[in-house]
Amino acid sequence: MLTLVSFFYLIAAVCFILALKRLASPVTARRGNWLGIFGMALAITGTMMMPTMHHHLLLLGLIVAGGAIGTLIAVKINMTAIPQLVAAFHSLVGLAAVLVAFCAFLAPQSFAIGLPGAIAPVSLVEMSLGLIIGAVTFSGSIIAFLKLQGWMSGKPLRFPGHAMINLLITIAILGLLIYFITDQSLTTFSMLAGLSFLIGLLLIVPIGGADMPVVISMLNSYSGWAAAGIGFTLSNHLLVIE
Amino acid sequence: MSTINTLSNPYIAILTIFVLACFVGYYVVWKVTPALHTPLISVTNAISSIIIIGALIAAGSQLTGHITILGGLAVFITSINIFGGFAVTQRMLRMYKK
Repeated sequence: MLTLVSFFYLIAAVCFILALKRLASPVTARRGNWLGIFGMALAITGTMMMPTMHHHLLLLGLIVAGGAIGTLIAVKINMTAIPQLVAAFHSLVGLAAVLVAFCAFLAPQSFAIGLPGAIAPVSLVEMSLGLIIGAVTFSGSIIAFLKLQGWMSGKPLRFPGHAMINLLITIAILGLLIYFITDQSLTTFSMLAGLSFLIGLLLIVPIGGADMPVVISMLNSYSGWAAAGIGFTLSNHLLVIE
Repeated sequence: MSTINTLSNPYIAILTIFVLACFVGYYVVWKVTPALHTPLISVTNAISSIIIIGALIAAGSQLTGHITILGGLAVFITSINIFGGFAVTQRMLRMYKK
């Protein structure tokens, strides 16, 4: 059964790659989007088929509910508001990565990476990276949204000592990461998350509103790293390919 | 007898996939015409909701409890992004009809 799932994953990955490739020209771009949709559907179906999965109805319900909201928003939104919508949507991906990282930490047995308090160091590093990057993506995307929406000044917001504070927080994050590997406590993990949310805000706030599309692209790639981090943790190769 | 299966170590296998995927991603995106960069951002955002797989595994675990709630929430919000993201991309691409 797992072999079939892995095979689905392979097809899904091919779909995603082709989807991006089709975006090279307007003529093929629409088909590219449909390929992406198909790939995603395949990936979800494959995952639901994994022998360790339960609560299928609940999950299906959640997907349908979320999907309905997402479709409604996407269809109703004003064309001029699309950049900030993409930013807002993207923050959800970052938040999801953070939530999944916490799941991996709280119940490592469900991902076959050990028992609470006795998780392999490699897995701890991987889930921490997923957590940190996911958090940065989340808060950074929120700032991008606020700036694009005009709810926050588009002017680059700087304050004295900004660079030094960023550096200190980064060092603190690295330090906590190393400490976390030894103590594996929820407190440390939560602090890691908190500081990462903070640095995400501080990194994006000084960037001007006009540069937000670039920021979104950058955060897009970051969430790819977060997905990869979670993918390494769960030994799920489709997440890694993302 | 030592095995000659070079992919027998799961870490190497997944690392290989990761490195190769990075290259593929780089080369594929490089080809995208500038006019389509905004739909590109939108579609790569939609694809990044692949994190839903991690969320599904967490929420679908037999160990019902915190991870069902956290994972379920992650499934929910990612679904918003999946449907919304592809729909928004579709809207944008519709504008490019010649």
